Amino acid sequence: MPRDDVMKWVRSQFMPHIWCPGCGHGIIMHAILRALSALGKDPAKTVISSGIGCSSRMPGYIDACTLHTAHGRSLAFATGVKLANPELTVLDVMGDGDCSAIGGNHFIHACRRNIGVCAIVMNNNIYGMTGGQASPTTPVGAFATTAPYGAVDPPFDICNLAIGAGATFVARATIAQPPMCESLIKKGIRHDGFSVIEIMTHCHTQFGRKNKRGRPLDNFNFFKDNSVMKAKSGGMTPEELAGKYVVGELYSSADSEEYTKKYEKIIEKAGR
Amino acid sequence: MPRAEFWQGNKAVAMGGIDAGCRFFGGYPITPSTEIAEVMAEELPKLGGKFIQMEDEIGGISAAIGASITGKKAMTGTSGPGFSLKQELLGFCYMAELPLVCVDVQRGGPSTGLPTKVSQSDIMQARWGTHGDHATIAYAPSSVRECYDLSVKAFNMAERFRQPVLLMPDEVVGHMRERIVVPDAASLKLVNRKRPSVPPDKFVPYLADDDDIPPMAAFGDGYRWHVTGLTSNDFGFPTNDSLEIEKKITRILRKVDRFRGEIVEFAAESYEDAEILVVSFGCVSRSALRAVRELRSRGVKVGHFRPITIWPFPDAELERIISGSPIKHVIVPELNMGQLFLEIDRAVHGKCETHSRTLLNGELFKPARIMSYIEEVA
Repeated sequence: MPRDDVMKWVRSQFMPHIWCPGCGHGIIMHAILRALSALGKDPAKTVISSGIGCSSRMPGYIDACTLHTAHGRSLAFATGVKLANPELTVLDVMGDGDCSAIGGNHFIHACRRNIGVCAIVMNNNIYGMTGGQASPTTPVGAFATTAPYGAVDPPFDICNLAIGAGATFVARATIAQPPMCESLIKKGIRHDGFSVIEIMTHCHTQFGRKNKRGRPLDNFNFFKDNSVMKAKSGGMTPEELAGKYVVGELYSSADSEEYTKKYEKIIEKAGR
Repeated sequence: MPRAEFWQGNKAVAMGGIDAGCRFFGGYPITPSTEIAEVMAEELPKLGGKFIQMEDEIGGISAAIGASITGKKAMTGTSGPGFSLKQELLGFCYMAELPLVCVDVQRGGPSTGLPTKVSQSDIMQARWGTHGDHATIAYAPSSVRECYDLSVKAFNMAERFRQPVLLMPDEVVGHMRERIVVPDAASLKLVNRKRPSVPPDKFVPYLADDDDIPPMAAFGDGYRWHVTGLTSNDFGFPTNDSLEIEKKITRILRKVDRFRGEIVEFAAESYEDAEILVVSFGCVSRSALRAVRELRSRGVKVGHFRPITIWPFPDAELERIISGSPIKHVIVPELNMGQLFLEIDRAVHGKCETHSRTLLNGELFKPARIMSYIEEVA
């Protein structure tokens, strides 16, 4: 059982959750709740927004101000929430489809604006809830119900996309590193600007059964074996890094002012 | 103090909204509605409000909904193609019961259509554009002053019933400039959403009062609750229980239906002894009234009926007028292929002949043309 301070954040009346036994999403939810608790956040001042899919069900289980929006739109909702009330702590939990397919436009623009929202992308390389269709992060050649001969489209690197679009805190972890997940989420929430934490997770039910990772443990071991710390990755060749997940804090900058603070200056200017 | 201004319809929409308490606008530029966003960008920060130009139409309405959940009165504005894009999120507001005003300045369609020219062809999209059953509230102003007044009313109805309200000037009304006497904002009767009267630990977010409308907390004011587009129970959590599903859907329809009298507005003139009734709305009603008054002065027994509320359509009101007068013909000129005619034809219940007169070339009906329609049946 999680600690009492963590359970305080759980709507335990809804347990058991809808996720498959062994799903990585629970590891991520646990890390998020440990981070919120460690930061002493008030659930009544914490908003958690989500889109559609397995990942999007997470806010329903969290006893805070929770917002289960439409597919891909969670960041646009979160932008409205944060701008309307900058005092709120706003987290956005997304799947790879929400973030990089249907909501891709909102994602790059949230990065560009540098609005104070912590986006946690739960990347399992597949559309799980709808039964295992290819997503924009499905690796080339991997099998999915809509890629029966192997995926053709090259995948997005979500962290590179975020850095390129102007996010000011970008990090990656996998579900094989729960303490790292917690510590990066804490940093992301504390960061004064838009933060992106990509967490590689798995869908053994839909992705795994078609790609030789059908047991939860296969995936845990896969991520453990293929994670490379950011500090170590600098000394590796592109060939050595192929197929690896570089984990840790990938990019951080304090040069750009957070969006709602910039807007406060607009209000001052307009009032003159 | 009331003051005289020379405003465009779109400006009156924005200023009416602000005077009604709007403090957040999320949108995306689109002709012929862009001036609403421009006025909001300039005026809202002066009042400590927020304007955000989002990356697309869907982002615009989504940000506005997010703001509404924090307790702000929020608006989004658009036109035809953008109105199509916003439909899914309007559905979200109907389901999650969130107040929002969505302005659709109507232009020619389908598709990109006629960005700078008028039509009234979003009537049915307003009613049924989003999937699923829902109760639509939509207003169509026909003057600049009415753009202001109905913007205030749209916010009042959105707050009252916890759902989106559509404000649908056509392009001519949105872009037309005329003198407007702006009322003193302090004299306006404003409605604010009901707030919970119980402490957070006793709060059941979708437990409705006797009026079928649940009080609404705001994110950040101490209440923790869940907002979802899934069909949910009184606690706001998803349900697959057939009784709970039925309870939710019938309530969100009933809460509007039973207070129809507060919502519906129309204007009618010289109908008591009329044999011919012209029914028109928006910019068409301006030409139609000119035609009706001109022919009246020549002794033709013709009257006019203008639905101000497009949805719910004032069907009972129209039927009452027809039943209480010698009306034999109803003529419906509109800038589409007969969308509102369907409602009117239904409302008269065969008590008189109905004539649809359509125009869909980006032009206005001239009064002479409407006069000729009247003379054809006189």
